[in-house]
Amino acid sequence: MGWIGEYVDSIRSLQFRNVLTQMVSLGMIVASALIIWKGLVCVTGSESPVVVVLSGSMEPGFKRGDILFLHMGKDPIRAGEIVVFNIDGREIPIVHRVIKVHERHETGEVDVLTKGDNNFGDDRLLYARGQLWLHQHHIMGRAVGFLPYVGWVTIIMTEKPIIKYVLIGALALLVVTSKE
Amino acid sequence: MTSISDNLNSPSPTANVHVLNINWFQKQRNGNDEVSLTLNISADLQSMFTWNTKQVFVFLAAEYETPENALNQVSLWDGIIPSKEHASFWIQTTNKYRFIDQGSNLVGKDFNLTLHWHVMPKTGKMFADKIVIPGYRLPNDYR
Repeated sequence: MGWIGEYVDSIRSLQFRNVLTQMVSLGMIVASALIIWKGLVCVTGSESPVVVVLSGSMEPGFKRGDILFLHMGKDPIRAGEIVVFNIDGREIPIVHRVIKVHERHETGEVDVLTKGDNNFGDDRLLYARGQLWLHQHHIMGRAVGFLPYVGWVTIIMTEKPIIKYVLIGALALLVVTSKE
Repeated sequence: MTSISDNLNSPSPTANVHVLNINWFQKQRNGNDEVSLTLNISADLQSMFTWNTKQVFVFLAAEYETPENALNQVSLWDGIIPSKEHASFWIQTTNKYRFIDQGSNLVGKDFNLTLHWHVMPKTGKMFADKIVIPGYRLPNDYR
Protein backbone atom coordinates (compact mmCIF):
# COMPACT_ATOMS: atom_id res chain seq x y z
CA MET A 1 0.00 0.00 0.00
CA GLY A 2 3.10 2.25 -0.07
CA TRP A 3 2.25 3.82 -3.40
CA ILE A 4 -0.90 5.48 -2.01
CA GLY A 5 1.11 7.12 0.78
CA GLU A 6 3.65 8.38 -1.80
CA TYR A 7 0.86 9.75 -3.97
CA VAL A 8 -0.71 11.67 -1.05
CA ASP A 9 2.69 13.04 -0.07
CA SER A 10 3.36 14.31 -3.59
CA ILE A 11 0.01 16.08 -3.70
CA ARG A 12 0.68 17.62 -0.32
CA SER A 13 4.04 19.00 -1.40
CA LEU A 14 2.50 20.30 -4.63
CA GLN A 15 -0.21 22.14 -2.68
CA PHE A 16 2.34 23.48 -0.26
CA ARG A 17 4.37 24.89 -3.18
CA ASN A 18 1.28 26.44 -4.74
CA VAL A 19 0.27 28.09 -1.51
CA LEU A 20 3.81 29.38 -1.04
CA THR A 21 3.90 30.86 -4.56
CA GLN A 22 0.61 32.58 -3.97
CA MET A 23 1.74 33.97 -0.64
CA VAL A 24 4.85 35.36 -2.35
CA SER A 25 2.83 36.99 -5.13
CA LEU A 26 0.50 38.53 -2.54
CA GLY A 27 3.57 39.85 -0.72
CA MET A 28 4.92 41.25 -3.98
CA ILE A 29 1.71 43.23 -4.56
CA VAL A 30 1.79 44.70 -1.07
CA ALA A 31 5.50 45.49 -1.38
CA SER A 32 5.17 47.20 -4.76
CA ALA A 33 2.28 49.32 -3.47
CA LEU A 34 4.53 50.39 -0.60
CA ILE A 35 7.39 51.11 -3.02
CA ILE A 36 5.17 53.32 -5.20
CA TRP A 37 3.88 55.23 -2.16
CA LYS A 38 7.33 55.77 -0.63
CA GLY A 39 8.70 56.68 -4.06
CA LEU A 40 6.02 59.36 -4.38
CA VAL A 41 6.93 60.64 -0.92
CA CYS A 42 10.55 61.05 -2.04
CA VAL A 43 9.77 62.62 -5.41
CA THR A 44 7.17 65.12 -4.20
CA GLY A 45 8.90 65.99 -0.93
CA SER A 46 5.58 65.77 0.86
CA GLU A 47 4.90 63.37 3.73
CA SER A 48 1.60 62.37 2.18
CA PRO A 49 1.67 63.06 -1.58
CA VAL A 50 -1.98 62.24 -2.19
CA VAL A 51 -4.82 63.43 0.02
CA VAL A 52 -8.58 63.02 -0.12
CA VAL A 53 -10.75 66.09 0.44
CA LEU A 54 -12.96 65.36 3.44
CA SER A 55 -14.95 68.56 3.87
CA GLY A 56 -16.83 71.01 1.71
CA SER A 57 -14.87 74.04 2.86
CA MET A 58 -13.19 74.49 -0.53
CA GLU A 59 -16.34 74.09 -2.64
CA PRO A 60 -17.07 74.56 -5.44
CA GLY A 61 -13.42 74.02 -6.33
CA PHE A 62 -12.85 70.84 -4.37
CA LYS A 63 -15.68 68.64 -3.27
CA ARG A 64 -15.71 65.88 -0.69
CA GLY A 65 -14.18 62.80 -2.25
CA ASP A 66 -11.87 64.57 -4.68
CA ILE A 67 -8.20 63.64 -4.70
CA LEU A 68 -5.39 66.19 -4.53
CA PHE A 69 -1.78 65.61 -5.51
CA LEU A 70 0.67 67.44 -3.30
CA HIS A 71 4.13 68.75 -3.91
CA MET A 72 6.29 70.53 -1.37
CA GLY A 73 9.23 71.82 -3.41
CA LYS A 74 11.71 74.45 -2.27
CA ASP A 75 9.69 77.46 -3.41
CA PRO A 76 8.45 79.64 -0.60
CA ILE A 77 4.75 79.67 0.26
CA ARG A 78 2.81 82.42 -1.52
CA ALA A 79 -0.68 83.85 -1.23
CA GLY A 80 -3.30 82.05 -3.31
CA GLU A 81 -1.70 78.63 -3.08
CA ILE A 82 -3.74 75.77 -1.70
CA VAL A 83 -1.82 74.13 1.12
CA VAL A 84 -2.39 71.12 3.31
CA PHE A 85 -1.53 71.82 6.94
CA ASN A 86 -1.58 70.17 10.33
CA ILE A 87 -2.64 71.96 13.49
CA ASP A 88 -1.07 70.92 16.79
CA GLY A 89 -3.60 68.82 18.66
CA ARG A 90 -5.65 68.00 15.59
CA GLU A 91 -5.30 64.70 13.79
CA ILE A 92 -6.84 65.45 10.42
CA PRO A 93 -4.93 67.70 7.99
CA ILE A 94 -6.80 70.62 6.43
CA VAL A 95 -6.74 71.74 2.78
CA HIS A 96 -7.21 75.51 2.51
CA ARG A 97 -6.00 78.51 0.55
CA VAL A 98 -3.31 80.94 1.71
CA ILE A 99 -4.65 84.51 1.94
CA LYS A 100 -1.82 86.29 3.78
CA VAL A 101 1.95 85.82 3.80
CA HIS A 102 4.60 87.70 5.78
CA GLU A 103 8.13 86.56 5.02
CA ARG A 104 11.18 87.63 7.09
CA HIS A 105 14.24 89.11 5.44
CA GLU A 106 17.17 87.09 6.73
CA THR A 107 15.70 83.78 7.80
CA GLY A 108 12.96 83.50 5.18
CA GLU A 109 10.59 82.34 7.90
CA VAL A 110 6.96 82.78 6.96
CA ASP A 111 3.78 83.70 8.77
CA VAL A 112 0.83 82.35 6.80
CA LEU A 113 -2.92 82.81 7.19
CA THR A 114 -5.33 80.46 5.42
CA LYS A 115 -9.02 80.35 4.60
CA GLY A 116 -11.40 77.89 2.97
CA ASP A 117 -12.90 79.30 -0.23
CA ASN A 118 -16.36 78.29 0.96
CA ASN A 119 -15.91 79.50 4.55
CA PHE A 120 -17.01 82.93 5.65
CA GLY A 121 -14.05 83.81 7.84
CA ASP A 122 -10.35 82.98 7.96
CA ASP A 123 -8.92 79.94 9.73
CA ARG A 124 -7.82 81.51 13.04
CA LEU A 125 -10.76 79.77 14.74
CA LEU A 126 -9.44 76.41 13.51
CA TYR A 127 -5.89 77.04 14.68
CA ALA A 128 -4.69 76.12 18.14
CA ARG A 129 -5.80 78.46 20.91
CA GLY A 130 -4.00 81.78 20.60
CA GLN A 131 -2.29 80.82 17.34
CA LEU A 132 -2.38 83.63 14.80
CA TRP A 133 -0.22 82.24 12.00
CA LEU A 134 0.84 78.99 10.39
CA HIS A 135 4.57 78.38 9.99
CA GLN A 136 6.55 76.29 7.55
CA HIS A 137 6.53 73.21 9.80
CA HIS A 138 2.72 73.09 9.88
CA ILE A 139 2.54 72.78 6.11
CA MET A 140 2.66 69.30 4.59
CA GLY A 141 2.47 70.29 0.96
CA ARG A 142 0.77 72.40 -1.65
CA ALA A 143 -1.84 71.10 -4.04
CA VAL A 144 -0.68 70.90 -7.65
CA GLY A 145 -3.08 68.46 -9.28
CA PHE A 146 -6.62 67.34 -8.98
CA LEU A 147 -8.68 64.22 -9.70
CA PRO A 148 -12.41 64.26 -8.98
CA TYR A 149 -14.49 61.57 -7.21
CA VAL A 150 -11.76 58.90 -6.86
CA GLY A 151 -11.37 59.63 -3.15
CA TRP A 152 -14.86 58.35 -2.42
CA VAL A 153 -13.36 54.87 -2.34
CA THR A 154 -11.31 55.71 0.75
CA ILE A 155 -14.10 57.72 2.38
CA ILE A 156 -16.52 54.81 2.03
CA MET A 157 -13.90 52.37 3.26
CA THR A 158 -13.11 54.38 6.40
CA GLU A 159 -16.75 55.04 7.20
CA LYS A 160 -18.03 51.53 6.41
CA PRO A 161 -15.21 49.18 7.47
CA ILE A 162 -17.19 46.06 6.48
CA ILE A 163 -16.93 47.04 2.83
CA LYS A 164 -13.17 47.40 3.29
CA TYR A 165 -12.81 43.89 4.72
CA VAL A 166 -15.06 42.38 2.06
CA LEU A 167 -13.03 44.14 -0.64
CA ILE A 168 -9.67 43.11 0.81
CA GLY A 169 -10.94 39.56 1.28
CA ALA A 170 -12.19 39.39 -2.29
CA LEU A 171 -8.91 40.74 -3.65
CA ALA A 172 -6.88 38.31 -1.56
CA LEU A 173 -9.09 35.44 -2.71
CA LEU A 174 -8.59 36.52 -6.31
CA VAL A 175 -4.82 36.55 -5.91
CA VAL A 176 -4.69 33.26 -4.05
CA THR A 177 -6.99 31.37 -6.42
CA SER A 178 -5.55 32.77 -9.63
CA LYS A 179 -3.41 30.31 -11.55
CA GLU A 180 -0.28 31.35 -13.36
CA MET B 1 -3.61 63.61 -18.72
CA THR B 2 -6.59 65.60 -19.90
CA SER B 3 -4.87 68.78 -18.85
CA ILE B 4 -2.07 68.44 -21.40
CA SER B 5 -4.07 70.45 -23.91
CA ASP B 6 -4.27 73.29 -21.38
CA ASN B 7 -0.63 74.00 -22.18
CA LEU B 8 -1.67 74.94 -25.70
CA ASN B 9 -3.83 77.78 -24.42
CA SER B 10 -1.94 81.09 -24.38
CA PRO B 11 -4.06 83.50 -22.37
CA SER B 12 -4.03 87.27 -22.68
CA PRO B 13 -5.69 88.61 -19.52
CA THR B 14 -6.05 92.27 -18.60
CA ALA B 15 -6.58 93.95 -15.23
CA ASN B 16 -7.09 97.42 -13.88
CA VAL B 17 -7.38 98.56 -10.25
CA HIS B 18 -8.10 101.99 -8.81
CA VAL B 19 -7.99 102.95 -5.16
CA LEU B 20 -11.07 105.16 -4.97
CA ASN B 21 -10.85 106.11 -1.32
CA ILE B 22 -8.90 105.61 1.90
CA ASN B 23 -11.84 105.05 4.26
CA TRP B 24 -9.75 105.15 7.39
CA PHE B 25 -6.14 104.60 8.36
CA GLN B 26 -4.99 104.05 11.92
CA LYS B 27 -2.65 102.34 14.33
CA GLN B 28 -4.27 99.53 16.31
CA ARG B 29 -3.85 99.34 20.07
CA ASN B 30 -1.31 96.52 19.61
CA GLY B 31 0.82 98.74 17.37
CA ASN B 32 -0.09 97.33 13.95
CA ASP B 33 -1.19 99.69 11.20
CA GLU B 34 -4.54 99.03 9.59
CA VAL B 35 -6.10 100.69 6.58
CA SER B 36 -9.48 100.40 4.90
CA LEU B 37 -9.70 101.00 1.16
CA THR B 38 -12.42 101.30 -1.43
CA LEU B 39 -11.30 99.65 -4.63
CA ASN B 40 -12.47 99.54 -8.18
CA ILE B 41 -11.33 96.31 -9.83
CA SER B 42 -11.89 95.44 -13.46
CA ALA B 43 -10.42 92.48 -15.29
CA ASP B 44 -10.91 90.31 -18.31
CA LEU B 45 -9.88 86.70 -17.71
CA GLN B 46 -12.01 85.14 -20.44
CA SER B 47 -8.95 83.77 -22.21
CA MET B 48 -8.15 81.62 -19.14
CA PHE B 49 -11.12 79.38 -19.79
CA THR B 50 -10.66 76.19 -21.79
CA TRP B 51 -12.82 73.09 -22.05
CA ASN B 52 -11.04 71.66 -18.99
CA THR B 53 -11.61 74.68 -16.73
CA LYS B 54 -13.90 74.17 -13.76
CA GLN B 55 -13.45 77.62 -12.28
CA VAL B 56 -10.96 80.44 -11.85
CA PHE B 57 -10.19 81.74 -8.38
CA VAL B 58 -9.17 85.38 -8.56
CA PHE B 59 -7.83 87.60 -5.80
CA LEU B 60 -6.27 90.99 -5.31
CA ALA B 61 -3.36 91.28 -2.89
CA ALA B 62 -1.43 94.26 -1.58
CA GLU B 63 2.27 93.41 -1.78
CA TYR B 64 5.04 95.43 -0.16
CA GLU B 65 8.38 95.19 1.62
CA THR B 66 9.09 96.36 5.16
CA PRO B 67 12.33 96.60 7.20
CA GLU B 68 11.42 93.30 8.89
CA ASN B 69 9.73 91.42 6.09
CA ALA B 70 11.10 90.76 2.62
CA LEU B 71 7.57 90.21 1.41
CA ASN B 72 4.13 90.98 2.75
CA GLN B 73 1.16 89.67 0.80
CA VAL B 74 -2.21 90.72 2.12
CA SER B 75 -5.32 89.53 0.31
CA LEU B 76 -7.84 92.36 -0.01
CA TRP B 77 -10.53 90.82 -2.13
CA ASP B 78 -11.22 87.49 -3.83
CA GLY B 79 -13.86 85.84 -5.92
CA ILE B 80 -14.69 82.70 -7.84
CA ILE B 81 -15.41 82.93 -11.54
CA PRO B 82 -17.58 79.94 -12.44
CA SER B 83 -17.68 80.34 -16.20
CA LYS B 84 -16.34 82.26 -19.15
CA GLU B 85 -19.46 84.46 -19.26
CA HIS B 86 -18.51 85.88 -15.85
CA ALA B 87 -14.80 86.27 -16.60
CA SER B 88 -14.98 89.86 -17.75
CA PHE B 89 -16.02 91.74 -14.64
CA TRP B 90 -16.06 95.04 -12.83
CA ILE B 91 -16.53 95.48 -9.12
CA GLN B 92 -16.41 98.32 -6.62
CA THR B 93 -15.75 97.12 -3.09
CA THR B 94 -14.12 97.86 0.23
CA ASN B 95 -11.42 95.39 1.20
CA LYS B 96 -13.03 92.06 2.11
CA TYR B 97 -10.11 91.02 4.33
CA ARG B 98 -8.49 93.37 6.80
CA PHE B 99 -5.39 95.14 5.54
CA ILE B 100 -3.21 94.93 8.66
CA ASP B 101 0.57 95.28 8.69
CA GLN B 102 2.89 93.30 10.96
CA GLY B 103 4.06 96.41 12.75
CA SER B 104 3.69 100.07 11.94
CA ASN B 105 5.13 100.53 8.46
CA LEU B 106 2.21 101.66 6.35
CA VAL B 107 2.50 105.47 6.64
CA GLY B 108 3.53 106.80 3.23
CA LYS B 109 4.15 103.20 2.10
CA ASP B 110 4.57 102.37 -1.59
CA PHE B 111 2.88 99.12 -2.52
CA ASN B 112 1.82 96.98 -5.47
CA LEU B 113 -1.63 95.68 -6.09
CA THR B 114 -1.40 92.28 -7.72
CA LEU B 115 -4.27 90.47 -9.34
CA HIS B 116 -3.63 86.74 -9.00
CA TRP B 117 -5.65 83.94 -10.52
CA HIS B 118 -5.61 80.21 -9.95
CA VAL B 119 -7.17 78.05 -12.60
CA MET B 120 -8.86 74.93 -11.27
CA PRO B 121 -9.22 72.24 -13.91
CA LYS B 122 -12.01 69.70 -14.19
CA THR B 123 -9.17 67.26 -13.78
CA GLY B 124 -5.39 67.46 -13.89
CA LYS B 125 -2.82 70.15 -13.19
CA MET B 126 -3.69 73.45 -11.56
CA PHE B 127 -1.92 76.60 -12.64
CA ALA B 128 -1.66 80.19 -11.58
CA ASP B 129 -0.46 83.55 -12.81
CA LYS B 130 -0.74 87.24 -11.93
CA ILE B 131 -0.63 90.81 -13.12
CA VAL B 132 1.39 93.18 -10.93
CA ILE B 133 0.16 96.77 -10.89
CA PRO B 134 2.80 98.94 -9.19
CA GLY B 135 2.76 102.54 -8.07
CA TYR B 136 0.25 102.79 -5.22
CA ARG B 137 1.02 104.79 -2.10
CA LEU B 138 -0.65 105.07 1.29
CA PRO B 139 -1.19 108.53 2.82
CA ASN B 140 1.44 110.25 4.96
CA ASP B 141 -0.76 110.49 8.02
CA TYR B 142 -3.46 108.50 9.82
CA ARG B 143 -7.05 109.50 9.23
